[in-house]
Amino acid sequence: MSGAAVAARAPAMPADPVSRYALRLGDLCLILGQRLGEWVGHAPVLEEDLGLANVALDLIGQARLLLTYAGEVEGAGRTEDDLAFLREQGEFMNPTLVEQPNGDFGESIVRQVLIDAFQLALYERLTSSADGRIAAIAAKAVKETRYHLRYSSSWLVRLGDGTPESHSRVQSSLERLWRFTGELFDEDDLDRDMAARGIAPSLADVRAAWSTSIDEILGEATLARPKDLPYSWYGKRGEHSEHLGYILSDMQYLQRAHPGARW
Amino acid sequence: MNAPMDPKSAAAVSREWPLYEVFIRARGGLDHKHVGSLHATDARMAIEHARDLYTRRQEGVSIWVVRSSDITASDPQDADALFEPARDKIYRHPTFYDIPDEVKTL
Repeated sequence: MSGAAVAARAPAMPADPVSRYALRLGDLCLILGQRLGEWVGHAPVLEEDLGLANVALDLIGQARLLLTYAGEVEGAGRTEDDLAFLREQGEFMNPTLVEQPNGDFGESIVRQVLIDAFQLALYERLTSSADGRIAAIAAKAVKETRYHLRYSSSWLVRLGDGTPESHSRVQSSLERLWRFTGELFDEDDLDRDMAARGIAPSLADVRAAWSTSIDEILGEATLARPKDLPYSWYGKRGEHSEHLGYILSDMQYLQRAHPGARW
Repeated sequence: MNAPMDPKSAAAVSREWPLYEVFIRARGGLDHKHVGSLHATDARMAIEHARDLYTRRQEGVSIWVVRSSDITASDPQDADALFEPARDKIYRHPTFYDIPDEVKTL
């Protein structure tokens, strides 16, 4: 991996911080939902195919609410579809973790546990956001996310505490993906602004809750928590790994090739 | 999952993962109805699969799962002995009673 890729043109982020924050939350859901969607038709068993697709659909649903809100606050007339299909790589604000390739089923599960626990800790706090709309979206999403974590963590426990083969595979997935977790809690000006206005929680609080829940799951899964490592990805401010471009070319192809196409 | 297996082989998975029967209660007050079956490694996963497979369209408020192998079924060959004798006992149906008009549902 060669660090951040270069955006094709100067990124155009919404000027309003609340709009940018809603995009940051929504892009995480959108890109992860798109990634999980790649499992459809390829999961180890039919039951898991549906399980993963259900999580993906919940995430796309959350993305729709958040992108719609981001567009409304921005006030430039951009719809959820404009924001999903017509932005460029450097304008997406998802954390780098969610654009990482699916790998094997175990690796997707590891990624899912790390992000589900993050979203759960975040949404639980966002339900009391000073922004009523974000609070309402979080109240809906928190129930879905509670199920996502239940699903992903029960799989991680099975694989971690399973056979020597499954244990070593999820342990090495955990080592590979762990370095992307630091970014989730790396507070920037936008995070600090949102926290100061009571719109978002402090990321230090979110990290503490995340860490407790991850330790509990890893303990039950008999997996070792990796060391925190330095990282150079800042997907949440538009500096992505090389993987996002491929996701976007899949996801945006139709709207780029046939602008305004509808079902 | 005890023996190593090819993860791509659906047949291997079916052999390894036991079958569960799924029962869904549509709303409070109704009984659980059999809706189908699925494969899962354990009861908890069976509940999660059942949630994802059978309650996608708000079909239920409660789920039961039971290992298919734990169900004891009647033998179709015994059908004559088990069910024939009831056929000529129509007096067991409550059709010979007059239902008062005030009774709307029974």
